[in-house]
Amino acid sequence: MKPPPFDYHRPATLGEALDVLAEAGPGGKVLAGGQSLIPLLNMRLAAPARVVDVNRVPGLDGIEAGPSGVRVGALARHAAVERSPGAAAAQPLLRQALRLVAHPVIRNRGTVVGSLVHADPAAEMPAVLALLGGAVRLASLDGEREVPAAEFFTGPMESAARPGELAVSAFFPALPARSGTAFHEVARRHGDYAVAGVAAAVTLDDDLRISAARVACVSVGPVPVVADVTAVCGPRPAASVAWDAVAAAVRDLVEPEGDIHATADYRRHLTGVLAVRALRDAASAAHGEES
Amino acid sequence: MNETHHRVTLTVNGVVREATVPGRRLLSDCLRHDLGLTGTHVGCEHGVCGACTVLLDGEPVRSCLTFAVTVDGQEITTVEGLAQGGALSPVQRAFTECHALQCGFCTPGFLCTVTAFLRDNPAPSEEEALEAVAGNLCRCTGYQNILKAVHRAAEIQAAEIQAAELQAEEGGA
Amino acid sequence: MTTRLFGEPVQRREDPRLITGRGRYLDDLGAGALAAAFVRSPHAHARILDVDVSDALDVDGLVAIYTWEDLPGALAEPLPLLIPHPALTHGRTAYPLAREIVRHVGEPVVMVVARDRYLAEDACALIRVGYEVLKPVVGLEEAAGGAHLVHDDVPGNIGAHLVQEVPGPGGETAREAVDAAPHRLEFRLDVERSACTPLEGKGVYARWDADDASLRVYSSTQTSTSVRMAIAAKLGLPLPKVEVVAPDVGGGFGVKIVHPWPEEILVPWAARLLNRELKWTEDRREHFVSSSHERGQVQHVRVGFDDDGRLLGLEVEILHDHGAYTPYGIIVPIITSTQLLGPYKVGAYRVEFSSVYTNTVQVTPYRGAGRPQGVFCMERTMDKIAAYLGRDRTEVRAANFVQPDEFPYDQGLTFQDGRPLIYDSGDYPEALRMLKELIGWDSFPEEKARAAAEGRRIGIGVGCYVEGTGVGPYEGGHVQITSDGRVHVSTGLTSQGQGHETVFAQIAATELGVPIERVSVVTGDTRRFGYAVGTFASRAAVMSGNAIALACRKVREKALRIAAEALEADPRDLEITDGMVHVAGAPSASIPLATVAVLSNPLRYAFDEEAKRATQFAGPASDDRPPVAEGEEPGLEGRDYYSPVRSTFAAGMHAAIVETDPDTAEIRILRYAVVHDCGRLINPMIVEGQIHGGVAQGVGGALYEKMVYDEHGQLLNASFMDFLMPYATEIPRIETAHLETPSPLNPLGIKGAGEAGVIPVSAVLAAAIEDAEGIPIDRMPISPSDLHTLRRSR
Ligand SMILES: Cc1cc2nc3c(=O)[nH]c(=O)nc-3n(C[C@H](O)[C@H](O)[C@H](O)COP(=O)(O)OP(=O)(O)OC[C@H]3O[C@@H](n4cnc5c(N)ncnc54)[C@H](O)[C@@H]3O)c2cc1C
Ligand code: FES
Ligand code: FES
Repeated sequence: MKPPPFDYHRPATLGEALDVLAEAGPGGKVLAGGQSLIPLLNMRLAAPARVVDVNRVPGLDGIEAGPSGVRVGALARHAAVERSPGAAAAQPLLRQALRLVAHPVIRNRGTVVGSLVHADPAAEMPAVLALLGGAVRLASLDGEREVPAAEFFTGPMESAARPGELAVSAFFPALPARSGTAFHEVARRHGDYAVAGVAAAVTLDDDLRISAARVACVSVGPVPVVADVTAVCGPRPAASVAWDAVAAAVRDLVEPEGDIHATADYRRHLTGVLAVRALRDAASAAHGEES
Repeated sequence: MNETHHRVTLTVNGVVREATVPGRRLLSDCLRHDLGLTGTHVGCEHGVCGACTVLLDGEPVRSCLTFAVTVDGQEITTVEGLAQGGALSPVQRAFTECHALQCGFCTPGFLCTVTAFLRDNPAPSEEEALEAVAGNLCRCTGYQNILKAVHRAAEIQAAEIQAAELQAEEGGA
Repeated sequence: MTTRLFGEPVQRREDPRLITGRGRYLDDLGAGALAAAFVRSPHAHARILDVDVSDALDVDGLVAIYTWEDLPGALAEPLPLLIPHPALTHGRTAYPLAREIVRHVGEPVVMVVARDRYLAEDACALIRVGYEVLKPVVGLEEAAGGAHLVHDDVPGNIGAHLVQEVPGPGGETAREAVDAAPHRLEFRLDVERSACTPLEGKGVYARWDADDASLRVYSSTQTSTSVRMAIAAKLGLPLPKVEVVAPDVGGGFGVKIVHPWPEEILVPWAARLLNRELKWTEDRREHFVSSSHERGQVQHVRVGFDDDGRLLGLEVEILHDHGAYTPYGIIVPIITSTQLLGPYKVGAYRVEFSSVYTNTVQVTPYRGAGRPQGVFCMERTMDKIAAYLGRDRTEVRAANFVQPDEFPYDQGLTFQDGRPLIYDSGDYPEALRMLKELIGWDSFPEEKARAAAEGRRIGIGVGCYVEGTGVGPYEGGHVQITSDGRVHVSTGLTSQGQGHETVFAQIAATELGVPIERVSVVTGDTRRFGYAVGTFASRAAVMSGNAIALACRKVREKALRIAAEALEADPRDLEITDGMVHVAGAPSASIPLATVAVLSNPLRYAFDEEAKRATQFAGPASDDRPPVAEGEEPGLEGRDYYSPVRSTFAAGMHAAIVETDPDTAEIRILRYAVVHDCGRLINPMIVEGQIHGGVAQGVGGALYEKMVYDEHGQLLNASFMDFLMPYATEIPRIETAHLETPSPLNPLGIKGAGEAGVIPVSAVLAAAIEDAEGIPIDRMPISPSDLHTLRRSR
């Protein structure tokens, strides 16, 4: 299990990186944290002609948190985002989700943006971006473009990033006041990719009734499955929501497949259970923020 | 089919080391086979087992999921560098005392992980200690004594720090 | 007292090197050696049409490429069938490199040697093997159906078929006993495949010394002595010209007892041919698809019992999956069939197994070696009887126990070593009493009711087992005291983490009366000890431990004899304390063992102070006696072997409390308790560690690990990402208690402890989940998804 040979590039500037990527075209691969790419290389499941290691490109490791949300640079490691107080304040879901991503040691290297580009349907960060309606900023020699989450994830392990493009950052919007979030998942072992998982965001109105409720589900479709469940949840206080109906509604929306770890039926069932758990927690977080 | 080689300089356990490696050379292989530091072990080469964990600028990372060229110029601590001046570190001592190893193959990864963890969190709760070692596989011990060793190491470390402070006070007086 | 070390939790002597990175595992050796890699079959069953290496020839650093055609002489023959058995009528083994047909994904087809492993893998990737894909046989029942064959000349895919029968007390057959019993049950059980998966894979490193025409081979093996004999035979080398060393081994659990692995003979062969150092280090994927698996069985049970749950007759039919080849014979199903009986008297018993070929990785013993399946069968049977009669599950077990006054107890069967299955000692009622107390069995119903009131589901389960340990035929020990007072102990069997260096040093220090610091132990190095069997079947401590004790006793006797002459005392009045031989009660009349060592050798060049000092004791040489008397040898050393008449039987009982999530079907172990009896404990700390590790592997096997093959014979989870070995977060705290019923069979009174922890875990957790859910659990392992499916189909 050793990687196949490739040409290695370590650009020192963004411009240089984009030059090399443009030249490399479809045979080029960006190396960020390497926590997904290198296992694939070691198993020789990928054989890029060129690997463009962006770890030395300055200015990509930013985590900028503001009232509108959090912009995460391409080299911001999972661990840095998880620990950032600013990011946690502006968008608590980031930390909630990152704690479920792999193990702390993997999070020391893996990047949030890398996780988005990698677009594993079982991964947490794509679901977070999808739930929040965030976007990924892609740069190439032709300039920059901002791709909204809804268009970014195009299939299992497929994103809208094209050959020659570098994802320079991702933006995770903040939620309105009186909002709360939560992430619940079931993994076979602690730290594994989820068998099923649900990220939820709930916003309450002035009377503490649910005025908006959305979930994003992982491992139950080719891309994160986002569902607006406001109609089933609200406008009611969390305590009087018909949660069984919510679970049923979410189950109807997902199209899971079975694999060696779980049947499709179990995934569907679990998604309903986790959606309710996540929504209830999100609602109480929204309450907490109110008080 | 000759591969391009790159010259890398790493500070390993405080010593500046150089190697000439192809881009694809894994840090684990570079440490073990280019630099002869075979204490770092390889159990899976896909990031799951943690046997290859080393400290990169003080933070634990998987050396099997890192290219040597990527970390050119950075500092690495391996299991060989944990004992300072010939004295076993608190974590090493605790692992022996608590019988936290059997075949010892996973041990270097645990030692590096726990060393960094206790530096950042010198008095962990049960849950925190569990989370800290939960990314490393051990097939022999059933983890019971590894968890004990984490807490024992924290104790030893605390006692050492206290002793050092006392000594400093006396020295200052 | 520094020397009474037997029974003490002595800290391990192997640790200092292992915690500082100074251990020497296989891949740590041979810096600069060439590397081998293999092209392995991507198909479960196929005919090899051609091998095209032309593209690979361009790889920089390529040294050699070999296929079966290149193998000379005995190397081109099938690998040995290690343990033949009359019932194994159709034993088949693989060729070191596939010849014509491949029979499982991962079978080696081409061997590549290159400057390093990266380049060797590059070349492998460029070698094109043409295959004609044949119909694969996957799954036990499909194999037993026999519609397609794994080996053309093995009809019905049946490699072995064996029936063992013990009549009931009245001479009735099991069938008659079951038919006549007041109550009968009939059911089917399934256990799926798992594997040892030590954290270090296999590996071989060979050095040919052309000047000396000798070969040194390092292998990550559980039996260096047998690997040595295999290499000598396969390569046509004189045995004294081959040395095999097991360096530090990163876990074995059974898979490394199989020998010779293809690589264990191919690597030395190529090293000699090329006259270059050569190494092969197995990677994780290779380990999944080309080593061994175990556990897969289907069992059909018929049982008859009386109103108290006492067994009257038991009939078990086992379908055992041994994979594509049978290098290790049918040890696993034989152990299942015999150890199934556990601590019980079963009345009339009939067990029949068919061991079948499938196009999957071969099956050889994995820690427990067939016992987990047997115990699963018997313990599920006990629980079903209890459920049927509405009785407490521990009561039914107790009603069937062999009683303490019934030892030695003959089960009337033939065990894995070909000897009668006779239990030597034990106290099962006491073990059960201790276990019930430890887990709080009697108060559990209230606990369960309380949990239910909170909407929580919890359940409790129990499982008992008996484990034949320390199987023969023998192990040996050699002990030498040198003139510096150091004690050098060696034994041929290997170590892979069990702390043998420590345990054997404890035994030697205790037997010889020397400080443990002066004892050094070498295991698994044929340069030091040539005869051994190997480390498996929980036999190391029993076999080598006793052999070393016996060797020490010889040395001690000789030391006392020499010292007696020097001190002009009666040897019977002498003792050894702290390395000094002295007259009991008179410490001043003493002589150091170091000096005795000098005196033991008539040739006394004064190389060291001890030799000079010894001159004062040297008596006047007698003119009419040769310097080395008849029957004597120079030196203070001794060798002895321990060869038991039969195995000694350890036993234990486990209990667990689990919680199942009513919504997500997740399964959590709340408590896990173990009562264990392995006779006298040499080092309780190490025994406890063995139990912890075994239980963790058991938990893995019960809730997480299985080898998933698709219908094409592809292993779908050949990585640690998908083969779910538990992390610390998946293993509960393990509570243990020890009972010590010494074995009457060996001088130290010990029984094996290495495998025990793993044996009953699947049975215990199945029982606990069943108790929590009220659904029969007849197939293990069980995942949350499986539990969910069971709930749905209720
Ligand atoms: C044992 C283990 C367990 C894991 N468990 C989880 C888990 O539970 N949940 C989870 O979400 N993840 C998990 N991961 C994956 C981890 O989160 C990765 O870090 C992450 O998916 C990818 O981030 P990276 O920076 O390592 O990307 P890399 O591995 O460097 O790259 C991944 C892919 O994205 C591309 N890429 C990366 N960055 C960019 C960029 N800036 N622009 C363009 N393309 C880019 C690469 O070319 C490559 O194709 C696990 C990994 C391991 C080894
Ligand atoms: S070898 Fe790196 S994680 Fe297993
Ligand atoms: S001690 Fe052997 S794997 Fe941990």
